[in-house]
Amino acid sequence: MKLALREKIDHSARLLFRTTGLLVIAILGGIFFMLLWNTVAFFLKVKPMDFITGTQWNPSGSKASYGILPLLVSTCLVTLGAMAIAIPLGIGTAAFLSEYAGKKLKNILKPMIEMLAAVPSVAIGFLGIVVLGPGIASLTGEPNGLNALNGAILLSVMALPTIITVAEDALHGVPQTYKEASYGVGASKWQTLIKVTIPAAAPGILAAVMLGVGRAIGETMTVLMATGNASAFPKGFFHSVRTITATIAIEMGEVPYQTTHYYALFAIAAVLFLITLAVNLIGEHFVNKFRKYQAA
Amino acid sequence: MMKKLTPLLEWGTLLLSTGAVCFFLVVILWDLISKGAPSLSWEFVSTLPRAGMTKGGILPAIIGTVLLTMITALVAAPFGICCAIYLNEYAADNWLTRIIRACIRNLAGVPSIIYGLFGLALFVQGLHMGTSLISAGLTLGLLSLPYIIITTEEALRRIPASTREAALAIGATQLESIRDVVLPSAVPGMLTGLVLTLSRAAGETAPILFTGVAFYINNPSGYLNQEFMSLPYHLYMLSTQHQAIEQVRPLAYGTALVLIIVVFLLNLTAFYIRYKHSKDE
Repeated sequence: MKLALREKIDHSARLLFRTTGLLVIAILGGIFFMLLWNTVAFFLKVKPMDFITGTQWNPSGSKASYGILPLLVSTCLVTLGAMAIAIPLGIGTAAFLSEYAGKKLKNILKPMIEMLAAVPSVAIGFLGIVVLGPGIASLTGEPNGLNALNGAILLSVMALPTIITVAEDALHGVPQTYKEASYGVGASKWQTLIKVTIPAAAPGILAAVMLGVGRAIGETMTVLMATGNASAFPKGFFHSVRTITATIAIEMGEVPYQTTHYYALFAIAAVLFLITLAVNLIGEHFVNKFRKYQAA
Repeated sequence: MMKKLTPLLEWGTLLLSTGAVCFFLVVILWDLISKGAPSLSWEFVSTLPRAGMTKGGILPAIIGTVLLTMITALVAAPFGICCAIYLNEYAADNWLTRIIRACIRNLAGVPSIIYGLFGLALFVQGLHMGTSLISAGLTLGLLSLPYIIITTEEALRRIPASTREAALAIGATQLESIRDVVLPSAVPGMLTGLVLTLSRAAGETAPILFTGVAFYINNPSGYLNQEFMSLPYHLYMLSTQHQAIEQVRPLAYGTALVLIIVVFLLNLTAFYIRYKHSKDE
């Protein structure tokens, strides 16, 4: 083949690759634009204040109300519960893997954690109905055990692999010299872990937590199946709640195209998008901080 | 006495949290396998549902999931690989590249239900594809894209610069060096990432809820413009929406087990490729 032709092909390939890179920006921009467009359409019909401060979500009532608060509080409640379980367990497991487990044990544990990460969310939600729900019901005397606690426990299971993997990387990245200095002044293994290794890995661990939070907030099928989806204002962990994601999943299939209700679902999705975006950006900030710190 | 006990207690705390994590996995697998296995039979995986879903098999759901995953791969793999090649082989370290990378990381964090809404607005309504196999496949393709880019780029990064320089030095153009030298040696790493991403996509439910999945199709044609059944959605419907929930519970368990077998088989394939490759090196 002539050199000129080869160079021409090379040049057009370069353009093609570059276009795919730009298309990625277009996709995120497209998602953002779609949410914004429909949210604006929603705010032309419903006052923003009624949306933000409304304590009732009842789009199909005789007087439709579109308050996001009950959904937002539900999402936060379930996520907080999940983190209360997943953060201590996740950091404990990460510390065990990084500081205590031998190579053989690690070779068994790590694939197990990867397997846990691979279980589809719908299967975990199913077990919330058939295993965890009846368990909670028999403890509390409720009819089916589908409540915020159920969703929180399941979400913690889903967030754990992410938290463990990222936190273990962070702990593993702490220079050996730090630990040796700590042992040198007579600290025990535990004292070194608590006072030296974990603080030194703190930015990385925070990044792990943020990734776990992002995963839990955005999860749909698990909470849809396990939290009961009552649309009343959430009262606590032993009551049924309905998260933002579950509301979209339940109602989007039934609403007519381009009605206020249809736009309302995009508006709550926009709120969800902004929350996960903020969580991811905070997480990224900590990752960068950890990298800089490691490089220094 | 206390002094001897303390390290044991400390070690025990960490062991206990690790044990709890393993316990979760064991409960999941044990429950699904022990209660799902009795429902599994050749008939279950090879026949259509009968009698209002209370009898028969899940063949259309299996076919739907396989087709959907294949379309996802066809959409996301070429696009993702090209983008990873751009980022790793061509892009300079400037503001544009940093924006592209930031977009990819944020796309990976967008909740799957929002991809569902995007697919509904763009493919189903905007491009008039309707609720169909192709709309759902394109939606899942977009969802998988950031993972494929990230894993492919990682595979490309492991190829030493000297390999590329050797190709360029004997007169290859940059494209030829990538096509004939870089890509072939990055294939195992790329495949691992692709298969892992697909195992995730196969289990996704939220993005296909409004873009094409259906509860019952009596004639699984496999046409791109038709609605389809899928394993995760079938499990969701059987366990929450069916009018005889207790009666179809064994079928739900069977569906869950088949789904998890499909996902784990894909994962095992990825691990096998990774293991074999690490041995070759």
